[in-house]
Amino acid sequence: MSVQAILEVKDGDVLAALRGFLRQLLDMGIVDALLVPLELPSRDAIVQTLVKDAGKLESANPLAPVMMVNSAIVVSNLTRLGNRENVGVVLKSCEMRALVELVKLQQASLDNLVTIGVDCLGTYELTQYAQLSNELDDSAGPSVEQLQAAKDGEVIPREGYEFRAACQICEYPIPVSVDINMAFIGVDTETMILLEMEPEIGQQVLEKLGLQEGEAPAKEESVAKLVAAREKERDEAFARFHETVNDAASLVAQFSTCIACHNCTTACPICYCKECIFETDTFRHPSERYLMWAERKGAARMPSDTVLFQLTRMNHMVSSCVGCGMCESACPSDLPLALIFRAVGQKVQELFEYVPGRSLEEELPVATFKEDEFPEYK
Amino acid sequence: MDDFEPRIVAFLCNWCAYTGADLAGTSRLQYPPNVRAIRVMCTGGVDPIYVIKALLEGADGVLIGGCHPGDCHYQSGNLKARRRVAILRSILEQLGLDPDRVWLRWISASEGKLFADTIKEMVEELREKGPNPMREAWAI
Repeated sequence: MSVQAILEVKDGDVLAALRGFLRQLLDMGIVDALLVPLELPSRDAIVQTLVKDAGKLESANPLAPVMMVNSAIVVSNLTRLGNRENVGVVLKSCEMRALVELVKLQQASLDNLVTIGVDCLGTYELTQYAQLSNELDDSAGPSVEQLQAAKDGEVIPREGYEFRAACQICEYPIPVSVDINMAFIGVDTETMILLEMEPEIGQQVLEKLGLQEGEAPAKEESVAKLVAAREKERDEAFARFHETVNDAASLVAQFSTCIACHNCTTACPICYCKECIFETDTFRHPSERYLMWAERKGAARMPSDTVLFQLTRMNHMVSSCVGCGMCESACPSDLPLALIFRAVGQKVQELFEYVPGRSLEEELPVATFKEDEFPEYK
Repeated sequence: MDDFEPRIVAFLCNWCAYTGADLAGTSRLQYPPNVRAIRVMCTGGVDPIYVIKALLEGADGVLIGGCHPGDCHYQSGNLKARRRVAILRSILEQLGLDPDRVWLRWISASEGKLFADTIKEMVEELREKGPNPMREAWAI
């Protein structure tokens, strides 16, 4: 991120500045289309929208603290079979990290994409966001107070509302691996947004948009403060989880209300299998098998294989889990999936010193091996 | 507890471990009858789902037997298996299940005795541990 530029904010209107910037990217031909969160006409929901008409950017809202879908899935839909147009995609931190993983899984391409990150203080559940927007009679972007607090590395949700559990323990408020980042944490948003850019695109932006280079000196300290606070929350949450689930009985109890609807699989950006084994004939058992299982244990929960589903999904994807928490948001039974999968994922990733989304160059732990490792297996 | 006979499910690769087990048999080596062998072409083809299913059904131990690293019939299947087992055992441990009920051992086609000894060792250790608590878990 070697090119830093100042994006001027007038009258403290951060959203207008960002809309203006995105509009210029289109108008100046740096991109020919933009994937950007847009406010729905009902103003109570925000959807990722592929925009060609710059006029539509009047309702763009990359700051809106809500995430309908992890956009890595949308970018995968757009680019999985290749992409030939210059498209800018506006992504939150966890969405970019998931996209990096999907690229490594050959489910998305970064060809001709300009990835545009935006700092994130957290997101509300969809219904909470809708409720808040209706209360405010406007889209519920971050308030002036929230942005001011963000300058000092503090996060305060709106009164009476909480960010999603996954966001409360997220130590990545700043997107990594993006071409351009629209930074407001640690930045005086009364007057500016900081644009952090990779060299090549940065030069283009400076020239074509006539921006001045600059920096936000207080940023590093504010970001470090926020990250430290989140890491503390995270470690406490992980510890609570490990205390709760510590034997077979507590493990089974943890998933007692799981109905195996597979919403988590659908919502998860990493679960990309077009044909998940759990949706195949492998799990359409003949009656004899059910009866055999009931015979063996005296009884058999129906439908079957609920804990098997959770543990299998965990084994298959947790090495790439970026902690976006969409699984938990999608779960009709309110299972604390974000916490469970992140907590377990952390130690699994540590086995390989791997951080999902950190780098395209780092191989997926499950897609590679070393000749000499894990000598404990004889 | 004295009459507890551990039940072991073993995923054995065709080229090495299964053949080694076969050699144990043809050599008339005695080993405990507690193991149910499942022949796979390569340990690289052992998806963690098979191992988890066995454990959730109540298997007291699961053995994955493959070729020694460097000798895999398919070059690197066993090396992938090694990573998958490492991940699986980490997950089991974190969730309060006993990772030492899942064993990964390298047993070549000529190591009939090693196979027999491995089974003896596994049965003894599992007898100490006692039955898999999942034997009673029907609400899964």
